[in-house]
Amino acid sequence: MNAIALSNWDLALAATLILINGGLSVILSLGLERQLLIATIRMIVQLILVGLVLTTLFSLVSPLWTSLAALAMIAFAGREVTARQERRLAGGWSYGLGTGCMLFAAGLVTVFALATQVGPDPWYHPRYAIPLLGMVLGNTMTGVSLGLHTLTSTLTRERAAVEARLMLGANRHEALLPVTRTAMKAAMMPIINSMAATGLVALPGMMTGQILAGADPAEAVKYQLLVMFLIAGGTSIGATGVVMAGGRRLTDARHRLRLDRLQAGKNL
Amino acid sequence: MLSVHRLSRPNLLEASLTLAKGECLAIRGASGSGKSLLLRAIADLDPNEGEVELDNLSRDAIPAPDWRRQVCYLPAEAGWWADDLGTHFEDWERALPFFQRLGLDGAQKDWPISRLSTGERQRLALSRALAINPKILLLDEPTSGLDQAAVLAVEDLIAESRKTGTGVIWVTHDPVQAERVASRWLYLENGCLRDAFPLPEDPLSAKQDSTSPEGSADSPGENLR
Repeated sequence: MNAIALSNWDLALAATLILINGGLSVILSLGLERQLLIATIRMIVQLILVGLVLTTLFSLVSPLWTSLAALAMIAFAGREVTARQERRLAGGWSYGLGTGCMLFAAGLVTVFALATQVGPDPWYHPRYAIPLLGMVLGNTMTGVSLGLHTLTSTLTRERAAVEARLMLGANRHEALLPVTRTAMKAAMMPIINSMAATGLVALPGMMTGQILAGADPAEAVKYQLLVMFLIAGGTSIGATGVVMAGGRRLTDARHRLRLDRLQAGKNL
Repeated sequence: MLSVHRLSRPNLLEASLTLAKGECLAIRGASGSGKSLLLRAIADLDPNEGEVELDNLSRDAIPAPDWRRQVCYLPAEAGWWADDLGTHFEDWERALPFFQRLGLDGAQKDWPISRLSTGERQRLALSRALAINPKILLLDEPTSGLDQAAVLAVEDLIAESRKTGTGVIWVTHDPVQAERVASRWLYLENGCLRDAFPLPEDPLSAKQDSTSPEGSADSPGENLR
């Protein structure tokens, strides 16, 4: 593989597109220039930092630092999941359940891939571990977030329906089943859609990246397939976990619906 | 048959009552006084404390789903969890006689719930509850959306199931109905239950009436304060 290296001038040239955008915003008084500027600066700083962190991690190849980086990514993902909840489980349960499920699902799937299919030496080599975890985690986060959000909002809306089943002697699992189904569907729909549309509608970013870096397209496709399987697995494990655990948290041992364990509030 | 001892929800209510086999007890009270909360607590749908027994068996010893099959709460507005009517019935055949009694002869399994009127839903929900054959019925304004003929049909049907031993706690805001359907009456106020006669014609109530001339015929139970 021999990628065409980019010089700083190449990047500066591409960045003029953003300048043109900003200029248009000023001329047409669209009021976008401020947000555009902030987003661009954030992107530059964040990506340069990530590059530095990854370079350091790759030179260290330390299991300790690699796992610390992985845990930090999962902790940030947990924050994202919690921030997207319209109704949160009281007492930090949203963060706890969301992070726990992502840690379990993304961690399990990534270790599984590293230990068997990818098999770098050593198996925890950050060059493989961190990008794989990143891709799996990003998608698992979407699934966990959508699953938990749909569970809590549907339960709130369908309270009478769920309680009607409880009143007629259903246990909490039976009573919650229609809501659980809705939540799981919402959580899995993005990955199902992207599996169905991939290659036809959009070329996946990872595969495109490998091809640009000079890889054989057939090999890039294999890698993409592997990653899609991992993502689908991670998403379904994480979403199932969070929907089931959330459903248990919102009911109790006497099979009551416990919406009092939810708190309203849109932002952190 | 049913005994409720110091059933409480913090800051909301504390109530004790007993109900004999086949008895109907009417509970009245201003709206917001916690009548529905009391019934929900008896059915164990909300966290609550206190001793509740059915046939001398403590509620704590019975799994909650089994308890709710025996002590069935029917809310004023029942919930529906599927689009079609049939899915809501465990045993459609067992509900058919109730449909007939309540003027729902034509009920079909594929009726869409969204097209049913409030009154139809209310009668269907009652049929659904009766079809699981509970020992105790907790009725929360079961006739609020019904016309006169349907009200009488519901009252007849409940009276009939009382004859087979079903105990009924009937929450209603209507003193005339309370007088008609029940043999004992309680009034819920400030989270506490007390004995009350539904109508001023009752001797105790009539005596009280003479001392409180502003008492309205709409809420005669309040004259007992």
